[in-house]
Amino acid sequence: MYESPSWLHELWVARDALWSGFLTSVQCSVLAIVLGTLIGVVAGLALTYGRVWMRAPFRFYVDLIRGTPVFVLVLACFYMAPALGWKIGAFQAGVLGLTLFCGSHVAEIVRGALQALPRGQMEASQAIGLTFYQALSYVLLPQALRQILPTWVNSSTEIVKASTLLSVIGVAELLLSTQQIIARNFMTLEFYLFAGFLFFIINYAIELLGRRIEKRVALP
Amino acid sequence: MTDVPLNNAQPLLDIRGLRKQYGPLEVLKGVDLSMQRGNVVTLIGSSGSGKTTLLRCVNMLEEFQGGQIVLDGESIGYDEVDGKRVRHPEKVIARHRAMTGMAFQQFNLFPHLSALQNVTLGLLKVKKLPKEEAVALAEKWLERVGLLERRNHFPGQLSGGQQQRVAIARAIAMNPSLMLFDEVTSALDPELVGEVLNVIKGLAEDGMTMLLVTHEMRFAFEVSDKIVFMNQGRIEEQGPPKELFERPQSPRLAEFLKNTRF
Repeated sequence: MYESPSWLHELWVARDALWSGFLTSVQCSVLAIVLGTLIGVVAGLALTYGRVWMRAPFRFYVDLIRGTPVFVLVLACFYMAPALGWKIGAFQAGVLGLTLFCGSHVAEIVRGALQALPRGQMEASQAIGLTFYQALSYVLLPQALRQILPTWVNSSTEIVKASTLLSVIGVAELLLSTQQIIARNFMTLEFYLFAGFLFFIINYAIELLGRRIEKRVALP
Repeated sequence: MTDVPLNNAQPLLDIRGLRKQYGPLEVLKGVDLSMQRGNVVTLIGSSGSGKTTLLRCVNMLEEFQGGQIVLDGESIGYDEVDGKRVRHPEKVIARHRAMTGMAFQQFNLFPHLSALQNVTLGLLKVKKLPKEEAVALAEKWLERVGLLERRNHFPGQLSGGQQQRVAIARAIAMNPSLMLFDEVTSALDPELVGEVLNVIKGLAEDGMTMLLVTHEMRFAFEVSDKIVFMNQGRIEEQGPPKELFERPQSPRLAEFLKNTRF
């Protein structure tokens, strides 16, 4: 009598593909979150304090990207980069799309947090002789950071979820690896559930990290 | 209260023809005011008369469109270059701001820093003092305002009066040549006003040069060398407190004093 192999056995067989997919998902998410956050902070600062000529390009970037589905963004980066003579692989194109997406969202979060600070904070900083950049680094940004954290964690988990879209342009991240495994063993439910569980692990780790930082910087 | 200045000819603060507009609205219409070292000058007047704006022009928290402010021999905010008015670069403005200290109506302590860190921030980053020196100086001033034992408390853990005293310590520790007080008791519960006014009184007795805006008339009377009454963006009348309060010359001041709680 034919006995279907247990899914644990299949899991063991597929472990390398899954592990590499998991790592790729983590890699592109972390890259996009880190780079996107850097871009977002710069854009947020420019939007808050920049003069008109400086605000305009960032406003255009933020509005354009926020108004575009992240899926379209990933496809655009994948197809447009070569068309513009820029030779980048699927992975880079995907990370670029996610980074642009993350940056635009972080920009608005940073702008909102900075604008929500009472004006007196900047004035009190200036009154003791701090320069603009000193006031920013020692007074305004540390306070804004506390506002930003919860929303930033939220955006970061969105990036992890959006990283599954990279499967469409052929990046063997966790979802695409899972699909390839399923194509071989037909254990659809089991492996999709397992992939979902792994994504949950990544996002839960981000949330825990966020909570830990929040606790550390919480004011009495 | 009053140090006899060595050189009467050069006041510490000299404001000439100060003009300030918000769009078409002129809030300062040519103000002249000078202060000697060690003087305590109080600005009084109804709200909207330009007192706070005048104070905030002195440390360039407000830009001004005309006139000149000279503090300790240095032109504040702008210079004349080839007949054109040029705003100082940010660095120079920051340096001039450090020559004055300011206490605000809303305290504006930095909520993410302890009382001690609030005071040391400027000492470390602007004065570039070594850490031990900054801490010692900050502790000295916190002790002076009676809050040494609260040095590790955060602003959120302090009462309004305590926050304002920390804010005064933060400004004074920078050793400014002029202290600006902007309605520092207006946001306080009545029973907390006294502790703040006592600190200011103590500073006045030490010979600190101070320019105040306040609605506490009795306090103004007791602490000031000169009272300046402002009305609609101009100085209407000024003089020693006793003279001004007892024999006001202008009908506007007489009316203001009549309506003011002493």
